[in-house]
Amino acid sequence: MIELLTQHPFIAALASLAILGLAFGSLLGFAAVKFKTEGDPIADQVEALLPQTQCGQCGYPGCRPYAEAIAEGDAINKCPPGGEATINALADLLDVEALPLDAEEESVPSVAFIREDECIGCTKCIQACPVDAIVGAAKHMHTVVASECTGCDLCVEPCPVDCIDMIPLPTTVQNWSWELPKPAEDLIATDRDSNSSNRDEAA
Amino acid sequence: MRKIFDIHGGVHPPENKVQSLSRGIESAGIPPVLVHPLSQHIGAPATPIVEVGQRVLKGQMIADAKGFVSAPVHASSSGTVSTIEHREIPHPSGLLARCIVIDTDGKDEWIELDPVEDYTALEKADLLHRIRDAGIAGMGGAGFPSAVKLSTRDDVVIDTLIINGTECEPYITADDILMRERADQIIAGVKILQHLIQPTKQTLIGVEDNKPEGIAALRAAAEGSNIEVVVFPTKYPSGGEKQLIQILTGREVPSGGLPADIGVVCQNIGTTVAIHRAVQYGEPLISRITTVTGEACSAPGNFEVLLGTPVDYLLKLGGFQQDQCIRLVMGGPMMGFTLRDTAVPVVKTTNCLLAPTQKELPPPPPAQACIRCGMCAEACPVSLLPQQMYWFARGKEYEKLEEHNLFDCIECGACSYACPSNIPLVQYYRASKAEIRKQQQEKVKSEHAKARFEARQIRIEREEAEKEARRKARQEAAKKKAAAGKDPIKAAQAKAAPAADPAQAAIEKAMAKRSGNAPEETNEEKLARLKKAVETAEKRLESATAKLKEAEAADAPNLGALQTAHERMTEKFAKAKEELQQFEQASTEAPSTGDPAADAIARAQAARAKNADKSPREKAEEQVASLEKRLSKSEQKLAEAKESGSETAEVLEQSTAKLRDKLDAARAELAQLSESEAPVAAAASTNDPAQLAIEKAMAAREAAAKLSPEDKAKKALESLEARVEKTRTKLAEAEESGADTVDVLRDTLAKLEDKLAEARKEAGVEG
Ligand code: SF4
Ligand code: SF4
Ligand code: SF4
Ligand code: SF4
Repeated sequence: MIELLTQHPFIAALASLAILGLAFGSLLGFAAVKFKTEGDPIADQVEALLPQTQCGQCGYPGCRPYAEAIAEGDAINKCPPGGEATINALADLLDVEALPLDAEEESVPSVAFIREDECIGCTKCIQACPVDAIVGAAKHMHTVVASECTGCDLCVEPCPVDCIDMIPLPTTVQNWSWELPKPAEDLIATDRDSNSSNRDEAA
Repeated sequence: MRKIFDIHGGVHPPENKVQSLSRGIESAGIPPVLVHPLSQHIGAPATPIVEVGQRVLKGQMIADAKGFVSAPVHASSSGTVSTIEHREIPHPSGLLARCIVIDTDGKDEWIELDPVEDYTALEKADLLHRIRDAGIAGMGGAGFPSAVKLSTRDDVVIDTLIINGTECEPYITADDILMRERADQIIAGVKILQHLIQPTKQTLIGVEDNKPEGIAALRAAAEGSNIEVVVFPTKYPSGGEKQLIQILTGREVPSGGLPADIGVVCQNIGTTVAIHRAVQYGEPLISRITTVTGEACSAPGNFEVLLGTPVDYLLKLGGFQQDQCIRLVMGGPMMGFTLRDTAVPVVKTTNCLLAPTQKELPPPPPAQACIRCGMCAEACPVSLLPQQMYWFARGKEYEKLEEHNLFDCIECGACSYACPSNIPLVQYYRASKAEIRKQQQEKVKSEHAKARFEARQIRIEREEAEKEARRKARQEAAKKKAAAGKDPIKAAQAKAAPAADPAQAAIEKAMAKRSGNAPEETNEEKLARLKKAVETAEKRLESATAKLKEAEAADAPNLGALQTAHERMTEKFAKAKEELQQFEQASTEAPSTGDPAADAIARAQAARAKNADKSPREKAEEQVASLEKRLSKSEQKLAEAKESGSETAEVLEQSTAKLRDKLDAARAELAQLSESEAPVAAAASTNDPAQLAIEKAMAAREAAAKLSPEDKAKKALESLEARVEKTRTKLAEAEESGADTVDVLRDTLAKLEDKLAEARKEAGVEG
């Protein structure tokens, strides 16, 4: 055997390569089993950025399915509740270009409100609510627990007597915030008094 | 002389303080209405505790603190609560918020106060409680509830108490005038704070060197105490809490930390006075010193204003000229905000009303591009990099902003002031901070929503699984039943042969299933018709016989005619009977229709008709005969099937075996009958199940009738006990499988148990 190898360096090379390949292959295989990642890490990260409104406006039945679809390469601009902020965050995470939102407008954060004297207690809205934010019993008045409502809109459609309104969340002193100033015109100081055509050129 | 430290950066805007210092503190008096916003502090808005129309006294609490970080609100003069509604409040947003509005009556009647003679005798908690109940919130500008700030943890040693008399912002002189005129009150308040905080090392009052008169007054008042008045060079913004601590002690509050972390507690001078009044006189915070200044005011000065006084009322006292004023600012020119409406009230944090003219405070020129000069970074007292943060804020790169310590920015505006390009830098930081906070809140909310969504998902899955399991169980049960009963029609047929009425019902049911089968209808109809014919013939024969007998007795002349008639009747009856029998036989022996159900009926009915007037023995004999016939037939069929290898062989084998069994039973019966022809035996051995059940029930009734009442009660008790037991096991089963019958079963069990208890009682009474 030794002789064969010493006599035929080509076979020796082949054999050693084969042995090396086997050794590293099994090492890799072992590592794949030992350090197996649970679930889909990308989908998890994507899901963490989605607003969890569970409204289905993205065309998927909830945020998790959309996260999985994004991980599989779907467009990142389909979530109206998340809006631009979510798209930017997703673009950052996945290192892709931030696209404009694939909807007419960002949905305004709102909360469902049941006009209680009109509610007939059909429980249809309860079944529609993805986060169990509606309480009530059959043939009794229902009401929305505003603090749990994600404003997903899903309960409005099933109501047979149309007694659910989506009320945009009001701005209060507590949740008011400063607006970002309108971006400064990017001029240099010497352009300050020039007329608008010059300004356009400079911009 | 103690060492004064310096802070990084800072700017020197024109001070403009002298205008409002020409006069002493003046009382603003009682305005016709007082508007008390429920939220004048940082934290949760207070909750109203008065009603519309209620008369309130000066100093009466009208809204209580809600939660730990909150402060109550007090009426600042006596009057009537006219309304509690949303009104515009002094806030940069110009939003509406809930306010308690009081129509004053001018009497200025105080509520009974609870002064403290010797506060040193009070517990720390009691003292804090008084400060809290007095509604004191930081009067320097931020409005953080003082009691919260002073509730230091016991394990944190505070070595330095700092009183902030810096008042570094231009125009404002409220603290300056307080030092000049009420230095003794300030010192008294500081002593209370000393007692409360127990600073182990020093108590310092920090004042900028642009207030020599105030410093002198303070020093005089602090004579002989361990309170040191420290003077340092004027620079904006040395009045920031962290900046002042750094100037006086050289220590830096860590990023994101609190002064208490480095053993320091800091309070504003105005707050100190308020604490003094609250503790020593029991007066809640109902007034403050507010500077009214600016070139649009002809009589600038400092006013002691009742909280809730509308700004326009106060401005009138300062000689405000609306037409000259370019914009009305609450607070100073650096950190204040523009008021949109002059109807808003003065609140706990209102230290200044600034009414500048166009020339005095021109609107900021349009922002230009950043020229990267670095002036902003030089001006920043926190050593941040405003220029970098500006770019990140514009790009909405919030992570980078946080990395650049955005949250350490005190929003002093020094960078904006220094920027040669007039970029409103501080606005960018404020907006970005708000956006980051909002995102954090949304994150929390979305986590919560996700948890709820997932919980719901799991619940739905579980319910589905349960439903599926139940469905499967039901299916299984149905299959078992089907296996036992095979084809229901066949089962009915099998029963039809030996049984009478119940069988009939079953057959009828089976037939209903195959409705629209004409031949069976005719068969049945024919049978009925024939029977009827027999019946009528019989009747007529009877009546004919009777008539004949009568005639014979009376020796009537028509006797002959009657005799012939009777003969004819007898003939007819015999014929009808024969016909019926024939039909019955035909349908038994030669199933003409091919419909098994109809055949079964015909057979069953034929059998019944035959049996009707036969002795039990005869019946038994006949049955044996018919069974023998059927057996031989089916054996023949079986042989044929086996020969041809047909699939029905198995079924046939089974039915043959059954028939054999039946035949054996019938034979045994016959043997018995032959021995004793007693009718009782016949009745007992009849194989009609319905009859049997009835007989059993009757026997039971008879037995029961014979029983004594005690025995009856006992029986009832026993049966009830058995039922309760059964229900219990059922319930346990249902509970285990989580079936939705649990509730119903539980109800039933409860009812049964009640009944049982009653029955037991009865038995006990009777026995
Ligand atoms: S649109 Fe957005 S919030 Fe709505 S389900 Fe899809 S990912 Fe969730
Ligand atoms: S209450 Fe209506 S809007 Fe709110 S989360 Fe439930 S389904 Fe959506
Ligand atoms: S001071 Fe203004 S122009 Fe200069 S670097 Fe800062 S932001 Fe840019
Ligand atoms: S506003 Fe913030 S960044 Fe600007 S100077 Fe003040 S602390 Fe520094």
